[in-house]
Amino acid sequence: MKKNQALRNTGLFFLFGGPSLIAFTLVFLIPFVVGVYLTFTKWDVINNDGSFVGFVNYVEVFRDSTFLTQLWFTIRYVFFTVIISNALAFLIALALTTGIKGERWLRTGYFTPNLIGGIVLGYLWQSLFSRVMPFLGQKYGWSLFETSWLTNTDKAFWALVIATAWQLAGYLMIIYIAGISGVPKDVIEAAKMDGAGNLTILRSVVLRLAIPAVVVCIFLSLSRSFLTYDLNLSLTKGGPFNSTELATYHIVQKAFLSNQYGIGQAEAIVLFIIVAAVALTQSYLLKKLEVES
Amino acid sequence: MLARRSFHFLKHVLIYAGLVVFLSPFLIVILNSFKKTQYFVENPIALPDTFSFANYADAFDKMNFLQGFINTLLITVLGVLVIILFSSMTGYLFVRFDWKVNKVLFFIMLAAMTVPFQVIMIPLVMLYGNLGLLDSKGILIFMYMGFGIPLGVFTFHGFIKGISYELEESSFLDGASRFRTFFQIVFPLLKPVVVTLVVLDVLWIWNDYLLPSLVLLSPANRTLPLSTYAFFSSYSVDYGPLMAGLVMTIIPVLILYLVLQDYVIKGISEGALK
Repeated sequence: MKKNQALRNTGLFFLFGGPSLIAFTLVFLIPFVVGVYLTFTKWDVINNDGSFVGFVNYVEVFRDSTFLTQLWFTIRYVFFTVIISNALAFLIALALTTGIKGERWLRTGYFTPNLIGGIVLGYLWQSLFSRVMPFLGQKYGWSLFETSWLTNTDKAFWALVIATAWQLAGYLMIIYIAGISGVPKDVIEAAKMDGAGNLTILRSVVLRLAIPAVVVCIFLSLSRSFLTYDLNLSLTKGGPFNSTELATYHIVQKAFLSNQYGIGQAEAIVLFIIVAAVALTQSYLLKKLEVES
Repeated sequence: MLARRSFHFLKHVLIYAGLVVFLSPFLIVILNSFKKTQYFVENPIALPDTFSFANYADAFDKMNFLQGFINTLLITVLGVLVIILFSSMTGYLFVRFDWKVNKVLFFIMLAAMTVPFQVIMIPLVMLYGNLGLLDSKGILIFMYMGFGIPLGVFTFHGFIKGISYELEESSFLDGASRFRTFFQIVFPLLKPVVVTLVVLDVLWIWNDYLLPSLVLLSPANRTLPLSTYAFFSSYSVDYGPLMAGLVMTIIPVLILYLVLQDYVIKGISEGALK
């Protein structure tokens, strides 16, 4: 009887879990383990040499000054993208939760940039930055826009930030709206009774109670911008002169163009550790601000 | 009172004007998709003299739009279908049977959700390439399944936990099997989470570039993001058709979005705040 039951349970396990586990193992688990192993070998496509080399690849990562420059470029890009997209999203969300006519359609409208992928996003902004803005700049004498932003490293940096923030803001806005609508009306009323001004209410009531939404939004924007690839490829293609290559762009080039799988993989893991560390630290710090509602 | 009313008015003006500015990149692209490249270069913000669909016909051919559209549709629909089907079953398994192996597997899947694709892509391409399994739509769908399962299982797990077991018990008393009970009693209750997951997964798979760019090598297999890229890198000066090409890639998702907008918004906010 007991044996029968065990057999039935095994059958259930494979019926309900089998397909998922096979796909998950073959697509995620095995490549993950192989990937970690790969970083300790000399593997490249040409030599097919899998000999063990210890931490040499990781040392190589930190001696590769191009990668370090690009990592720093990525960190600056993430920093400004996260701040701008979240500030913009929060402002729009605030405005859309104060009883505006046509709220539903406004929300729909502000979300639209999220329907397109990074490739289309990049080409869209590429034509704006390289054609439309210089046209306007020359016509109206705005010197800031007279030449294409994509031909200058500093301006191309901001082009990347603006295109990313434009898309992300609509996404984060949705989450902020949910967070702000979750703040109980009576808490706000009580604060008003106590004579708190609008700004005080915003800062010490709404923002505080919406902390879970803030944590999620910063987490999302951090991880999405740290891993940007498509946009980078279509908007700047790493140019001018490879000066706007974000970390993932570099990793893809290293692995699939230079065929240095071991170093490329070590760089991917370093990137992962940085993202995880930054994301965990921010949610730890922000959660401390949370109050029980 | 007057001050208050004018503030109210000003707020409306600002938020609507903001939306127009926000969406102006789209407007400019649509506008220029009807113009000859020459007129775009001369004045990208002028209205077209005549509305011509020539750019659309041109882009449709050069991008091989129909092929790309069918490929993307096939991969997205099948990918989302297998993710929903199998992750709901596994989520159910993990909730209803608290075996040790289930707990361990669930934990591994949770941990997997934090690992970015970048960490998997190199060994993935290496392993599947060595086995000669690249350049197949079937394999790509299988990969989307593998990458989509953890979020699916996590989401269904959270929802199924809240469903009472009594309904299922009465079904068992009627002699129904576990499998039948799941599809007849439990699955219909999962509709809200299914919608959330469909939204998140469609937006992800439809627009994904990096994974298909590594897996699908032959032009006949290209998805829309891949054909957009190929089109732009080979015709980078011909702006008219390029704009039309962008509009055409956006339109299918836009239509879906306008039909399902409330679900999309709900899907995003519930998916995020869980």
